[in-house]
Amino acid sequence: MVIEYPFSRTTGPVIGAFLTGLREGVVVGIKGSDGRVLMPPTEYDPVTSESLNEMVEVGQTGQVTTWSWTEGRRYQPLDGRPFAWALIKLDGADTAMLHAVDVASPDQMSIGMRVRIRWRAEREGHIRDIECFEPEVGAS
Amino acid sequence: MSDLLLPPSLEGVEMVRSVRTPAHLDYSYTPGRAMSRFLTGLAEKKIRGQRCPSCGKVYVPPRGACPTDGVPTEEEVELPHTGTITTFCIVNVSFYGQGMEIPYVSALVLLDDSDIPLMHLVQEVPYDQVRTGMRVEAVWVSDDELKPTLESIKWFRPNGEPDRDASTMRGNA
Repeated sequence: MVIEYPFSRTTGPVIGAFLTGLREGVVVGIKGSDGRVLMPPTEYDPVTSESLNEMVEVGQTGQVTTWSWTEGRRYQPLDGRPFAWALIKLDGADTAMLHAVDVASPDQMSIGMRVRIRWRAEREGHIRDIECFEPEVGAS
Repeated sequence: MSDLLLPPSLEGVEMVRSVRTPAHLDYSYTPGRAMSRFLTGLAEKKIRGQRCPSCGKVYVPPRGACPTDGVPTEEEVELPHTGTITTFCIVNVSFYGQGMEIPYVSALVLLDDSDIPLMHLVQEVPYDQVRTGMRVEAVWVSDDELKPTLESIKWFRPNGEPDRDASTMRGNA
């Protein structure tokens, strides 16, 4: 049996800009009061609680700060194949985002490893516009 | 919220304002023995209930035990395809996955010889003529479409018999 509730939600301006970036194939964070770049961006500063408005583009490569292996399930990234959930700090960002890393086994995962975005061909403004991350070719 | 300063790559593009977040539940249902008998019966155009050996009440769909007496309900009872509307609801709001034209009537039907009503659709009658006490009969899908699901009964429709006095159904609604 399948039950599906077709919810949609409004994003607000900041997450909307982040998702717009994904649709356009770029990643944007937001600059905090202390100069740090928060990515994914937040509407309010985590230190001062003031609203933030300076969105900045960050890189499409980064490094794994921590990770966990999963056997994979339908509706998750990579559609049932095993993969690693990882926190990834993109170059130019000071905070990490959660996403999938596509490697064949946990032996190929390590903290500090370099990864890059694998984009979906069809993008619509959704976190899944990033299909997953993959090891950066040529990185050690 | 002050205006956002966007990087050059996002200047002039249309902004995303909403995102799809469907909740998707995909599961297998294990009916158990009593419900299996009920469901396989539906595929044979039969409505099967079970009688409590202690209080004598007939439950449909059967759950395998009497909720009042806590004893197994092993005696199977094949029920007639006729019953009485105990209560009903006129649905005026459409929703995703509904598949019915509004307004339509969802009713509790107390099948004859049973002691608990079954929820189903009532059709083939204007919605504003449906009433408590109305006598109805099951309308089945065609024989080649019968399956082990309550959808083998398309809906109930008035069978033309005089209404049943609602007070005789007290305690069963």
